[in-house]
Amino acid sequence: MSNFFKDTDIDTSQAEAIVTETLKNCDDGELYLENHKSESIVLDDNKIKSSTYNSDQGYGFRAVTGEVVAYSHSNDISKQSLIKSSENLKDTLKSKKGTYNHEIPKTNSKYYENINPIESKTFDSKIDLLNSVNNYLRSKGSIVNQVTANFLGEHKSIEIIRSDNQVLKDDRPLVRFNVSVVLEKDGKKETGIYGVGGRQSYDDYLKDGSWKDVCDEAFRIANVNLESKPAPAGEMKVVLGPGWPAILIHEAIGHGLEGDFNRKKTSAFHNLMGQQVASEGVTIVDDGTLHQRRGSLTIDDEGTPTENTVLIENGILKNYMQDRLNARLMGTKSTGSGRRESYKHVVLPRMRNTMMLSGKYSQDEMISSVNKGIFAVSFGGGQVDITSGKFVFNCTEAYEINNGKIGSPIKGATLIGDGPSILKEVSLVGNDMKLDPGIGTCGKAGQGVPVGVAQPSILINKMTVGGTKL
Amino acid sequence: MIKDQEFLKDIASYCIENSKKLGATDVGVKVIHSVSENVSFRNKKLDESNRADSFAVNLTTYIEKKKSSINSSDLSKSNLEKLIERCIDATKITPSDENNSLPDKDLMSKEIRDLNLYDETHYPNDKKIEFLKKVEETASTDEKIVNTEAGFTENKNNFILANSNGFLSGYKTSNFSSSCVAVSKINGAMERDYEFGSTRFLQDMMKPEEIGKIAADKAIKKLGPKKIKSEKIGVIFDKRISKGILSTLATAISASAIARGTSFLKDQINSEVFPNSINIIDDPKIEKGLGSQNFDSEGVETNSLKLVENGILKNYLIDTYYGKKLNLKSNGRSGGTTNLYFENGTLSFKDLLNSEKKFLYITETIGHGGNIITGDYSVGASGFMVEDGELTYPVSEITIAGNFKEMFKNITLANDLEMKYSTNAPTLLINQMTVAGK
Repeated sequence: MSNFFKDTDIDTSQAEAIVTETLKNCDDGELYLENHKSESIVLDDNKIKSSTYNSDQGYGFRAVTGEVVAYSHSNDISKQSLIKSSENLKDTLKSKKGTYNHEIPKTNSKYYENINPIESKTFDSKIDLLNSVNNYLRSKGSIVNQVTANFLGEHKSIEIIRSDNQVLKDDRPLVRFNVSVVLEKDGKKETGIYGVGGRQSYDDYLKDGSWKDVCDEAFRIANVNLESKPAPAGEMKVVLGPGWPAILIHEAIGHGLEGDFNRKKTSAFHNLMGQQVASEGVTIVDDGTLHQRRGSLTIDDEGTPTENTVLIENGILKNYMQDRLNARLMGTKSTGSGRRESYKHVVLPRMRNTMMLSGKYSQDEMISSVNKGIFAVSFGGGQVDITSGKFVFNCTEAYEINNGKIGSPIKGATLIGDGPSILKEVSLVGNDMKLDPGIGTCGKAGQGVPVGVAQPSILINKMTVGGTKL
Repeated sequence: MIKDQEFLKDIASYCIENSKKLGATDVGVKVIHSVSENVSFRNKKLDESNRADSFAVNLTTYIEKKKSSINSSDLSKSNLEKLIERCIDATKITPSDENNSLPDKDLMSKEIRDLNLYDETHYPNDKKIEFLKKVEETASTDEKIVNTEAGFTENKNNFILANSNGFLSGYKTSNFSSSCVAVSKINGAMERDYEFGSTRFLQDMMKPEEIGKIAADKAIKKLGPKKIKSEKIGVIFDKRISKGILSTLATAISASAIARGTSFLKDQINSEVFPNSINIIDDPKIEKGLGSQNFDSEGVETNSLKLVENGILKNYLIDTYYGKKLNLKSNGRSGGTTNLYFENGTLSFKDLLNSEKKFLYITETIGHGGNIITGDYSVGASGFMVEDGELTYPVSEITIAGNFKEMFKNITLANDLEMKYSTNAPTLLINQMTVAGK
């Protein structure tokens, strides 16, 4: 039975009847109910800066016919509100006639436990840990200028009611623990940021003093940047380290392979299906089924079980990522990629955990093959223009490479490239694939959703590095 | 229908009373209701209609110098009762911070001026559809345009802000916005550009034909871009992105960045940060202004502020908490700037383009390559080459880089300021930035 109608003037069967009646002439749609609890506890400048608890609940009612999506959402779960939404949807689609597709695959798999991370660690112990982080980092010397650390935890319960009383449910934990440190030396200041997270409890990531590893990594990055020189400007060879730098894949390739942009033919990839879009050694998948990963989902936000979708296999474009609407219009099946930030948002095809699989080369071989270039170990954010294919990302830890050897660290620079051609410039794929630490959030059309990335080290023949040194 | 003030006041008062009953010494609360209706079109057909009806309560409770907050969308008193209890429990065990407090009573806003921020006109979805049809028809006249998307959103908001020192105030606001994105194509390669209008009053909205035409013209002009060689060159920022320079300034002079010591402008108050011809103003009391407000997010009175006068940094953006850290009084900038703008420069747009033989004119940047701590700046960019005052060819897949400290000192403003957003800047030139290309 549903928990969402408890304490309301409507019961599950009445809600189901409204859904079935509203969607009777539609191709698809559902009532999506969501209860979302989250917390944020921030330590900054030696103090607990804020502690916030959020409790949000509501529904999003969607009706789809042809290409048209009618959506209405509210946090008032009541008979009157649902009826008003229903009328709104029917009015938008009054001139359309569709046939409801009842088919939706079922799954018994679960990729995370139904735990509430907020309640599974006491408030006191979270405060204690944040204070320990502050003391630990500040004990590293007067070079430490500022420390920020925070817990972000959430528990989301969703329920999807489709026409004719099909009900699908999921409970999703998610946590993130971040540390940011500012170091100051000889009048120069630099930041180091590191974090960990995923769909488990905080203590799964922080037990046995492993929180110190997070602090040490943030400190190490800031320390490296204190020694950084201006970055070079112009085209050169780029070696990317394993793990988090895969946001290059996410920006350069991932967004361009989302179904909506390809159905609308606004993606630079829309006419490249079956064609060679990458060097032969390159295989890229988008996998929603990895246990406890930040981007994993048991079912997507339309109720479709997620899967491991092969996007590019040995350089050939194989699949787009699809939600139900775009799959139907393109004559294919949903890949379980239909996601939404919350009940306030419509479903869009989105990435989950996007990964480039390992090849056979070592990172040393890549670096020693480069005469002049850069070695990028970590990035901040990235962005892409889907239509022109141009994408950027910002280095937060990078080094010069001179004559096959790693040289000085360089200041944060933006790297820019062209999505459809960048993967053809990948000349070596490493044997050291690594998952990111569980910190990514992807933004699209104003909606943020948690995602993961992974890749081995790769060598890119030619990319433009946006430094200041000519 | 948007809920009235009495409804919101009732909830705000309930929260304050209950928090005090459970032991709060001070309480701040905001209650918001918003209704939003959006219609979007694609290729001259209806694509999506979206109606949103949202409530929010943001409550902060204090026990002496301890503080904690809750947010919820469920306004039922049974839910609020539980959450207030949770908030008080968390407050009790949160460590004290001597800077935690409500704003000084004498700084609070005393009267509400009608700034003309609410238009009660409802623009029915049928009308929005007619509007969008015109936008897209105009946008798709040229055969090089292969895809168009357009949207119209109407927002109505009402809120009450209250605290346990007796402050209780709020007002309605409205917003109408319309946008068009056009995709152009030639020889298999595509470009995208857009136009966007946002107003408090429906009658002030741009004409649909204008929105469609600007988006299409811009997308067509971008076709067939070249990647240029890396070089040092003067970079002109189009009005759509020049306002980003002001947003960077606002972040760098926020009291939080200054107090934490994490701003490249720390210790620069009363120093020359821009050329002496430059004045920067933040004015919350502009009629119909998109950033206008009677008071800030803590209820503190806000008035016009000269942030930069004759190139000299005169004011930080100060809220109560970080103000205390800096030993400064709040100037009503909790929540940031309001209507922020550069006063106009003296050169016309044409004269600016002609002031050197060659410039790079940037119409779009991508990426988040600004570092507030060091001032280092590096972003992806696209735009046009300017030779002898004329836009000669489109440019893309390049980056522009520099350091804000240097960039600020090398700004020349044109005189074409328009108040189109909440942050506004005229076209501006920054001399000698590094462009990375081929």
